[in-house]
Amino acid sequence: MRYLPLTPEDRTEMLARIGAPSVDALFADIPAAKLNPGLDGLPGHQSELSVERTLGRLAARNVPAGSVPFFVGAGAYRHHVPATVDHLIQRSEFLTSYTPYQPEIAQGTLQYLFEFQTQVALLTGMEVANASMYDGSTAAGEAVLMAHRVTKRRKAVIAGNVHPHYRETIATLSRYADDGVTALPPAPNGAEDILAAIDGETSCVVVQSPDVFGHIVDLKPIAEKAHAAGALLIAVFTEVVSLGLIEPPGAQGADIVVGEGQSIGNPLTFGGPYVGLFCTRQKYVRQMPGRLAGETVDADGKRGFVLTLSTREQHIRREKATSNICTNSGLCALAFTIHLSLLGETGLRKLARLNHANACKLADALAAVPGVKVLNGAFFNEFTIRVPGKAADVIEKLAAKGVLGGVPYSRLAPKAGLDDLILVAATEINTDEDRAAYAAALKEVLA
Amino acid sequence: MNREGRGATTPITIGAGAPQTFTGNRALDLEEGLLFEIGRAEVTGVDIEEAADFAPRLGGHARTAALELPGLSEPEAMRHYVRLSRMNYGIDSGLFPLGSCTMKHNPRLNEKMARLPGFADVHPLQPVSTVQGALGVIAELSRWLLSLTGMTAVAFTPKAGAHGELCGMMAIKAAHMANGQTRHIVLVPESAHGTNPATAALIGYEVKSIPARADGTVDVAAVKAALSPDVAALMLTNPNTCGLFERDVVEIAAAVHAAGAYFYADGANFNAILGKVKVGELGVDAMHINLHKTFSTPHGGGGPGAGPVVLSAALAPFAPVPALVADGAGLRLAEDEGQSGAAQALGRMSAFHGQMGMFVRALSWMLSHGADGMQQASEDAVLSANYIRACLRDVMSVPFGERPAMHEALFDDAWLEGTGLSTLDIAKALIDEGYHPMTVYFPLVVHGAMLIEPTESESKASLDLFIGALRDLAFAAKAGETERFLGAPHYAPRRRLDETRAARAPVLRWTRPAPLSEAAE
Repeated sequence: MRYLPLTPEDRTEMLARIGAPSVDALFADIPAAKLNPGLDGLPGHQSELSVERTLGRLAARNVPAGSVPFFVGAGAYRHHVPATVDHLIQRSEFLTSYTPYQPEIAQGTLQYLFEFQTQVALLTGMEVANASMYDGSTAAGEAVLMAHRVTKRRKAVIAGNVHPHYRETIATLSRYADDGVTALPPAPNGAEDILAAIDGETSCVVVQSPDVFGHIVDLKPIAEKAHAAGALLIAVFTEVVSLGLIEPPGAQGADIVVGEGQSIGNPLTFGGPYVGLFCTRQKYVRQMPGRLAGETVDADGKRGFVLTLSTREQHIRREKATSNICTNSGLCALAFTIHLSLLGETGLRKLARLNHANACKLADALAAVPGVKVLNGAFFNEFTIRVPGKAADVIEKLAAKGVLGGVPYSRLAPKAGLDDLILVAATEINTDEDRAAYAAALKEVLA
Repeated sequence: MNREGRGATTPITIGAGAPQTFTGNRALDLEEGLLFEIGRAEVTGVDIEEAADFAPRLGGHARTAALELPGLSEPEAMRHYVRLSRMNYGIDSGLFPLGSCTMKHNPRLNEKMARLPGFADVHPLQPVSTVQGALGVIAELSRWLLSLTGMTAVAFTPKAGAHGELCGMMAIKAAHMANGQTRHIVLVPESAHGTNPATAALIGYEVKSIPARADGTVDVAAVKAALSPDVAALMLTNPNTCGLFERDVVEIAAAVHAAGAYFYADGANFNAILGKVKVGELGVDAMHINLHKTFSTPHGGGGPGAGPVVLSAALAPFAPVPALVADGAGLRLAEDEGQSGAAQALGRMSAFHGQMGMFVRALSWMLSHGADGMQQASEDAVLSANYIRACLRDVMSVPFGERPAMHEALFDDAWLEGTGLSTLDIAKALIDEGYHPMTVYFPLVVHGAMLIEPTESESKASLDLFIGALRDLAFAAKAGETERFLGAPHYAPRRRLDETRAARAPVLRWTRPAPLSEAAE
């Protein structure tokens, strides 16, 4: 077996050195009746070529986004990632390293995490960011728990236009933690009254911008009302590229900002692994979940980096930790930070502007299709259309015509009774031909 | 090369007289500034088409302030990150004996497979008719995990081990709720990973600690004494964090079930028993499996991982959404609580459908090994750990006597008594020998613990060299060569770092240095 270096002779010698009669003697603590159960139904080892064939057949049964006009978003976005990114994250010293608990031989990881934290803070307009969470949705769940710790209250208000998967992730965590959640109903037209739901028991208000329907939300009045009530504003985003063009949540009074970082540096990969971004204000840093890289010096006085404030974390504090998180999204954070350092401010602004321009063109093209209504006035690279009939059927028919045209809102929230809405995303990958193909196919499907 | 450890007694002198360099570099040891010191906001390494003039529809929410994000041209970026990478130690650099973390070889075939456009370039919300192969990967991975564990169902969405623990413990809480019961206590052995008590506490349970007995395992009597109608679950790692198989596990599980509680197993150490025993036959109700340990998906400097959870028949109905359902039309996802296939689902752990990229890599590893290769891998991992222990026990000290270890060799610091040195000093000296240190000071129940996990990926020559290095360090420690340890590491990119200073006044991001005129004020 190509991955196992020990030879039969090695094994015999090693057993002799140990003084064990057989390898099964080393498993003597396993009840004898349960040892070596047999793995019926599982095949034996295979060559690399054979594994490639098997997995290649499975891969061939999917339709890759790059093979069709593609407009699917709703929390995961297809962007172009420079070849440099994927090359660099496959450097052995990054790919096969562990959590940097031995900082003297992990300065590479620690320095890029410090750079990542700084980039994320700059993007969101916040003071501090951690070294990543699993993804945007779990970051949102953790943000609510953190707000409970900060405010010593246990009732969160979740805006209706937060991504339904994020709402469910927060609600599930809250339900099992015995915390309260007030989940507002969705408002596809963007006219949502969040302020009325905030009261003196509210720990936090969770608002997404751009929201799941694509509307850009003015966070300032929500922040004012929340702060007046002694609550925190948690701002959520699912499309991080939007921060290149729209006002950051940190500048609008958000106390915690969480979001999905997949768009920068990371492929779609059917939903994971992605990278959760988590930021807050300096004064709340000791209530943060997750790892933090910090600057220090070594015994020779040279600058270096370490994981710090770990007295918040489970391996030190156990049941009193701020979170149970251990492994995070290190390599996805690396992909993010490499792509963003290639973009820089200049590249990110251009990229964001191109996304917005393409979305504007697409909105115009689809609005011209008879029966279709675009619900958004303001948006970034994603918007919502209302179609006659069931959105899910329309999407299936578009797929049959070779166009992946978006996400029916009913797929995300089957019980919401909003069956005629499609969430449509446009990015820099879309061409004029893609947009024309989408409009033509939609026209045929709706005819 | 001294393979036996300490034949020669020549004291080692450290770097005396080496000249300083102008750059701070030392030949192939290259220093590297921060991105914020070398990048410039006006530079970009990506050529992006300029959007033609258009009327933005941002509703007055356009960003006005500068981001101050530096950019790098492509050659600058390449060099920056390559230089950073060279300050890291990875599995590919050398033996990585980090106990509890299973730092085994990461086959590059797995990376190649995960990058096939049919897996990497597929959106989680595409119509299910266009992702039957991706769902097929989940189905196939689940089949393997169920065969290996003898369990009933797989919750595939948890994103890492601790997230899997959370999923499993939520399923247990859901099962109690469905039975109309409210229980408040979770039993956790003292030797457990910190994630166990942290997870139980996260969902409102009170954690009650179970002491270990003198041989390092959990006492059935202690578990029985702690059980009550208010106990929801026992969380037990098996093999445990002392590297020992809990030999009374079947009796423990029976006692837990008799009290109406559930048995959560932490699968962090699954690599020791792959194909050797099915946890379902031991009475386990839920166990997470770290695909980034046992199934070789890369640790990536701290993630991403994947933590699918296998569930017993009792807990299977409570698996989270989405659930994978096979029907006449092929595979589909039950994505909402209450839908057919997820009638009693506990809720949702995260957006979308789990860590597909990790599923492909893990499945690639499983297919490559097959049933025979996996069993051989476990046996080799256990053999290698016991070999290390046998070769070092005369110069170091073993806490729990003669019982065989599983895939980890555990030492305590009794052998350092009188040397003035600590476990940390041994770890740092091991860095100078070209190794990543073992896990230190864990498990907490062993004083000055050193937990060595070689995995199945090492040749005998590699093991012998590592053993030689540790033997030499042991002799040096006992011979009073303290400078070799207290100053270590001497040869790493950094000497020991001041962690106290980092925590006392945390600097968690770069900030632009004040102009000289201001700084002077």
